[in-house]
Amino acid sequence: MKINVNGESVDTQATTLDELLVELGQENARVATAVNEIFVPVQSRSRQHLSTADRVEIVAPRQGG
Amino acid sequence: MPVFYGTEIVSRLMLGTAQYPSPAILAEAFQHSGAGIATVSVRREAGGDQAGQAFWQLIKNLDVTLLPNTAGCYSVRESITTAQMARELFDTDWIKLEVIGHSDTLQPDSFALVEAARILTEEGFKVFPYCTDDLVVCEKLLSVGCKVLMPWGAPIGSGLGLNNPYALRSLRSQFPDVPLVVDAGLGLPSQAARVMEIGYDAVLLNTAVAKAGDPVAMAAGFAKAVEAGALAYAAVPMPVRDMAAPSTPILGKALL
Repeated sequence: MKINVNGESVDTQATTLDELLVELGQENARVATAVNEIFVPVQSRSRQHLSTADRVEIVAPRQGG
Repeated sequence: MPVFYGTEIVSRLMLGTAQYPSPAILAEAFQHSGAGIATVSVRREAGGDQAGQAFWQLIKNLDVTLLPNTAGCYSVRESITTAQMARELFDTDWIKLEVIGHSDTLQPDSFALVEAARILTEEGFKVFPYCTDDLVVCEKLLSVGCKVLMPWGAPIGSGLGLNNPYALRSLRSQFPDVPLVVDAGLGLPSQAARVMEIGYDAVLLNTAVAKAGDPVAMAAGFAKAVEAGALAYAAVPMPVRDMAAPSTPILGKALL
């Protein structure tokens, strides 16, 4: 299934958000997530099902002013 | 020292973490600034470089209070989702709320800002709104639950200083009990001192330090300026007058 992750098209076998993070090697990283512009907390990732064309955002701490 | 949402701050200088020549210089600049609050952001973790994870380690070692921002957001929805992600990432309910309305000046969209501040406050956030110096907008922000205001001095990254000192003084006199921070636009320590001299509680800056030829020295300069300005305000400056008034006594002057 093709989804969009951080603005790039990704072919994934993952059916949930936590599976996607494992697939991307981010399961232990300090990241926050959103699907289709809605925030998905850590504890909800395993219940967040993914569908074709979903837009996933994975963000991390970064420098800011 | 001023209290922000129940937390007494340790320094009137708040410092951003972006644009430094290197992580080592960032850390050294923070040490010399004495800043107790650092602004940070959330951005996409691109590929496998794990830049965000490295930055997280760096910022933890600074031992400062973190104030995540919603920089670059142009809508209520975008800023709210960004704030929610920041709360989880940085484990804090403090948020520097930016909702930008104009891409050239980075002027806040005051209408969207008030609405986003209202929603985030209802969700339990402690909102630090980056706002203009408009008195009515500031009143609206307070009415929806903001306990700190952060009006701009000038556009972000411009280094212009205080474009409208009258408006900033007006906010101080209208809201004597609200912590006020000038956020953005400062370029020189003298401008930060001026902010303190008119009774503001703190300044927040980034580019002025990070883009200085020697960021560490500039951080130290800002620290001294902020302290000097705060001392001056507390000491109650003399009244200004148009005509000269001799400081040396006339009485006893020799007739020559």
